Amino acid sequence: MIKRNEDIIIQTVTRLLTPFVQLFALYVIAHGHYSPGGGFQGGCILAASFILMAVANDVAFVKRRLPERLTTALISAGVLIYAGIGLACLMLGANFLDYGILHRVLPVDAVKARALATLGVEIGVGITVMAVMVSIFLNLLSAGRHEEGAVE
Amino acid sequence: MIWQLDIVILVLVVICAIAAISVKDLLGSAVLLGAYSFLMCLLWTGMGAVDVAFTEAAVGAGISTAFFIAAIYQTTRRTRD
Repeated sequence: MIKRNEDIIIQTVTRLLTPFVQLFALYVIAHGHYSPGGGFQGGCILAASFILMAVANDVAFVKRRLPERLTTALISAGVLIYAGIGLACLMLGANFLDYGILHRVLPVDAVKARALATLGVEIGVGITVMAVMVSIFLNLLSAGRHEEGAVE
Repeated sequence: MIWQLDIVILVLVVICAIAAISVKDLLGSAVLLGAYSFLMCLLWTGMGAVDVAFTEAAVGAGISTAFFIAAIYQTTRRTRD
């Protein structure tokens, strides 16, 4: 159904718009603990940029940039970042995700360590949400075959 | 929040919700659900819950509409039975 179309207006607008969408997503992730936003919303916006690329071109265009093997690795990597920061706090003798204790291993004070660990958790959540959303969309679009995205 | 604007948005939310479940076309239903999400986003912004409104705009209106349309591509116009 969704073949590679040669509409130059849609492809040029997508190519111009995608870097700004991704930059805004990175801003939402990185600025999430000072302003509205965070890992989940930023990951969704980052996935929306890949969905825009898949709609404007085709599934293979996205799969060349974000193959299924990389998507699966990114899903696991985000969960591992989240759980690793939580377990690092547990190892140092505090509760799970009690970031203040991390000032013993980081060269900063407790308040700064709390902000840095929150940023790390947001990055992990954002990576996982982005990879899961792109993977769900590609599977839905191509009925699990990861080809042109087709119906019979 | 201005209560006149509040009433207008609430009436539009109810209209969009009833239309989304009563319209026969699946694509139209998905688009009406996206409009419902944007109106709820406006409502939550007026209440001051900017974080919830942001999530609703990113997930409810953006990603889930794309998912619905990708799923509707796998259906046919008429039922087989």
